[in-house]
Amino acid sequence: MSAISREDVAHLAQLAHIEMSDAELDKMTGELGVIVESIASVSEAASIDIPATSHPIPLTNVFREDVVGPTLSAKEALMNAPDSVDTRFKVPAILDGE
Amino acid sequence: MNELIHLSATELAAKLRSGEVTSVAAVQAHLDRIAEVDGGERGIHAFLYVNTEEALAVAAEVDAIRAAGGAAAEALHPLAGVPIAIKDLIVTKGQPTTAASKMLEGWMSPYDATVITKIRAAKLPMLGKTNLDEFAMGSSTEHSAYGPTRNPWDLDRIPGGSGGGSAAAVAAYEAPLALGTDTGGSIRQPGAVTGTVGVKPTYGGVSRYGAIAMASSLDQIGPVARTVLDSAYLHELIGGHDAADSTSLDEPVPALIASAEAGARGDMTGVRVGVIKELQGEGYQAGVQARFDESLDALRGAGAEIVEVSCPNFKYALGAYYLIMPSEVSSNLAKFDGVRFGTRVLPESGPLTIERVMAATRAAGFGEEVKRRIILGTYALSAGYYDAYYGSAQKVRTLIQRDFDAAFELADVLISPTSPTVAFKLGSKTDDPLAMYLNDVATIPANMAGIPGITVPGGLSEGLPVGIQFLAPAREDARLYRAGAALEKLLEDKWGGRLLDQAPELSVATTGGVA
Repeated sequence: MSAISREDVAHLAQLAHIEMSDAELDKMTGELGVIVESIASVSEAASIDIPATSHPIPLTNVFREDVVGPTLSAKEALMNAPDSVDTRFKVPAILDGE
Repeated sequence: MNELIHLSATELAAKLRSGEVTSVAAVQAHLDRIAEVDGGERGIHAFLYVNTEEALAVAAEVDAIRAAGGAAAEALHPLAGVPIAIKDLIVTKGQPTTAASKMLEGWMSPYDATVITKIRAAKLPMLGKTNLDEFAMGSSTEHSAYGPTRNPWDLDRIPGGSGGGSAAAVAAYEAPLALGTDTGGSIRQPGAVTGTVGVKPTYGGVSRYGAIAMASSLDQIGPVARTVLDSAYLHELIGGHDAADSTSLDEPVPALIASAEAGARGDMTGVRVGVIKELQGEGYQAGVQARFDESLDALRGAGAEIVEVSCPNFKYALGAYYLIMPSEVSSNLAKFDGVRFGTRVLPESGPLTIERVMAATRAAGFGEEVKRRIILGTYALSAGYYDAYYGSAQKVRTLIQRDFDAAFELADVLISPTSPTVAFKLGSKTDDPLAMYLNDVATIPANMAGIPGITVPGGLSEGLPVGIQFLAPAREDARLYRAGAALEKLLEDKWGGRLLDQAPELSVATTGGVA
């Protein structure tokens, strides 16, 4: 496993939609380096023939009748919205310059 | 101190049933206590919101039903009228839910969590919402955006985390019962360092609908209380199948109250207790180890067969947890983007696009630890690293389950210290994330395997509580209550009362009103 670089962290922050200052990137790079190093040992334990467990208790898909159950009204759904118009959420431009 | 707040939940429930005490008086006594010790410079700060009006109204309703008598009074839940505090990760109508984050400041849930619906139906007055590490990420409650909670045993120390508010509220007699959530130890570790009882049920045993998700394959809601029997009553109330949670087990709730009552006779004859070799020794404080050894002696004296078990893959558990949990965090917290609810922050300059608004919102709304985990999880899931990190961690999860399977061949319950140390000083680990993560080394394996765990008070070291953890196979939560109640009884006989009786009196004079 490779060390985590400042560029990596900047890229990850962009992927995760979190704006970070230069100082934050420096600090985060150092901290993540230590954390990643300490957890790297998991790969040595995980040989090919061991099945992966995604879930502690085996799950099967759960179905229900295809009928409308209780739902939030538009008013309830919008009551915490930062911005809304009529019965819709209002957001800034999706694309730059439009 | 008003004696009503000193009663256990079941003792208080008995007095409510007999008519000796009203629920309004009980709720008022706890509200008074909160007003006395929770606020101000040196207050406990267990509560983020106090639900005065509604709590008193529900209490009055219970009192009226009891006073009228008849079938309605007969049909009341055994805990009706007993107040409860709610970890602020669980959504409630009519009370704010913040997850201790600026991201959700002022947010009001349009729906109740299933556990809240059950609490309303059983008519337990809700005293308010308790503090936690932001989005339940931490082991000290210092990552709360609204300031830390203090440990009632020593106001300069942490109450554990993430559920430090619920544990401290119960330990400081601000509430007899509370709800917590446990992803890697967030119910059990705070229980250990505050001298209280906390249970992480079997994964799926309690509905998680309405618990703000941190790591969905690990999260579990559970009871926080001062006694094992109280925990059993609350666990039976909140447990059971819920169609709104696809991970909910479609099985009846086990007979937990009966198991706790059986355990309270203090007889462990024929019970095989497995000591996990890997969860002691290096890294565990001498005082913690000493109380642990005494607990083993007490259990042995009560007829338990003490055996040693080995779980060699536990050494990978912490590493695997810090890959799986942040991976799930990075996905679960993607919804906090300033579009549909919560905070929206506009960038200071440049074009106003949705992407830039999201990035500014998440930069301002999330605290350091949350950002750290989101970035770590994004890394673990990214192309080129997925197999090495997330894939490997899922394999370790299988190995941990196999370790538990083998251990439960040899023992009915497993035992370990709940936390390797007693409560540390506020601020002493905030600059060292890795040191903070090590607090959960003994609690994480249970979440990885989905099995239930309980912490019960095990005595004091340096004047601070030590917790003893029991673990049981999945769906065998009843065994925890049997063993936990037995150890509680054996140790309380030795101490001549509850461990919390030895806690220092909180000085009302040092605190002001409610924050």
